[in-house]
Amino acid sequence: MLEAAAFYITAAVAVLSALMVVFARNPVRAVLFLILAFFAAAGLFVLQGAEFLAMILVIVYVGAVAVLFLFVVMMLDIDFAVLKAGVTANAPIGGLVALVLAAMLALTGFAWIESETAAANLQSPTPADMTNVAALGDIIYERYVLFFQLAGLVLLVAMIGAIVLTLRHREGVKRQDMHRQVNRTREEAVEVVDVKSGEGIG
Amino acid sequence: MYDFVTQFGPLWGALASVGQILGFIVVLLLSLAYLLLMDRKVWAAVQLRKGPNTVGAFGLLQSFADFIKFVVKEIVVPAGADRPLFLLAPLLTFIFAFITWAVIPVAPGWVISDLNVGILYIFAISSLGVYGIIIGGWASNSKYPFLGSLRSAAQMVSYEVSIGFVLVTILVMAGTMNLTTLVDAQAGGFWNWHVLSFDMLPWPAFLITIPMFVIFFISALAETNRPPFDLPEAESELVAGYQVEYSSTPYLLFMIGEYLNIVLMCALMTVLFFGGWHAPFDIAPFTWIPPVFWFAIKVVFFFFMFAMVKALVPRYRYDQLMRLGWKIFLPTSLAAVFVMAGIVVYTNAGQAI
Repeated sequence: MLEAAAFYITAAVAVLSALMVVFARNPVRAVLFLILAFFAAAGLFVLQGAEFLAMILVIVYVGAVAVLFLFVVMMLDIDFAVLKAGVTANAPIGGLVALVLAAMLALTGFAWIESETAAANLQSPTPADMTNVAALGDIIYERYVLFFQLAGLVLLVAMIGAIVLTLRHREGVKRQDMHRQVNRTREEAVEVVDVKSGEGIG
Repeated sequence: MYDFVTQFGPLWGALASVGQILGFIVVLLLSLAYLLLMDRKVWAAVQLRKGPNTVGAFGLLQSFADFIKFVVKEIVVPAGADRPLFLLAPLLTFIFAFITWAVIPVAPGWVISDLNVGILYIFAISSLGVYGIIIGGWASNSKYPFLGSLRSAAQMVSYEVSIGFVLVTILVMAGTMNLTTLVDAQAGGFWNWHVLSFDMLPWPAFLITIPMFVIFFISALAETNRPPFDLPEAESELVAGYQVEYSSTPYLLFMIGEYLNIVLMCALMTVLFFGGWHAPFDIAPFTWIPPVFWFAIKVVFFFFMFAMVKALVPRYRYDQLMRLGWKIFLPTSLAAVFVMAGIVVYTNAGQAI
């Protein structure tokens, strides 16, 4: 009973906040609703018994990715009127995309329920004698280790690519060199000049 | 605690757990009032002042007087501020500071929720704490709070990374994410505490865990915006950072949230490195003191360390702070994760999962 109530409340929060992401007038509020949607999704994971995924979702998406989102959106100088006009203009295309996505989700979902191999998977998402984390680790690092490593490699390439694209060496920029700064002595930093009265250093 | 609650059946059990949570919150708030006083007294003693000494004997009621003063003042919402978000921000900080305590075990069995992924839960909630600050700074619709909140968010996100790697080192070493199991693994004397971990000998694990503890302590200072890393509220540059526009109760909520996060970091150091509720020696005069007091003594000791750092160390510059976090702590803690994982895999230790 309590579980069903928790599910309906979290699911309703997730759907409503996802809608508010699109319809919120203020872009910063839209991002905040997106964060609420992530959070509700994490709650749904917990209800499904996938507490590790839920925590990782909160740590990675809410704690890191969305913070950067929020940074960018807060710094932008956005004209609300133009933004509002964009919503009505793009509504048909957006609606079409949403419809296609919903149809695909429904089709695969129903097919999955009816397929015979899925029936066994429905029974036990996690083996009874294992914690969620250990079961996930078993799958990722024992069974699909190659795919996991390859996915990591793809991310590494993307990361290096992003750095290469944005890195540029500029001439004449003053940089701090910690080593030089700490090893500076009095002899090379201070020069004592004997200035005669009324003449200046010239 | 779960067994204790369920013996009353669903309805009364739910009420019992609500009572438990309320009781824990009251205890936390009361201890916080005196820790705040201690913070001010330590700071005063270092500067050869007396500190608060007027309200009550030795100033013992000072925190309560401050509390009443904050509550009865008028809440000022600046013109042009985003009113709902402006008032939501301190509430977020306050709530996130409290719900992390749900998984901290203060004595054998004394934990509100004995989660299997306790360490991850703490990490997840503490990474949410940054939202109270960002939202508060933005919703104030003013320049200094906004700059302060940007600084603070960048700082907290940077130091979270190294805190995360320290947590991973410890959980790989202990082989569990459950905090109660983690503390139980450190039973038997101070040489078994994770900071020394002589039970891993002949592998000198303390060569990794002692530097990890130092990194955790410094990162905790940065994560909670304490001096020497209090740049978000650097009064010489930003007036008071993200809390410039806050007054009365919202400010009080921010302040309680911040101090509670500091105490939480002290509790985490106790649980992860210093054996939680276990006495340093498992023999008679030490075991007479109940476990919960050992926990409290350790937490108060670390809070004292925090207060001393505040009194002694001058403020860092922002680029120095970033350099320390990304160029020194991150590589060191990452290397520690690899070395510790190597030791654990080689010796086949850490089978608690």
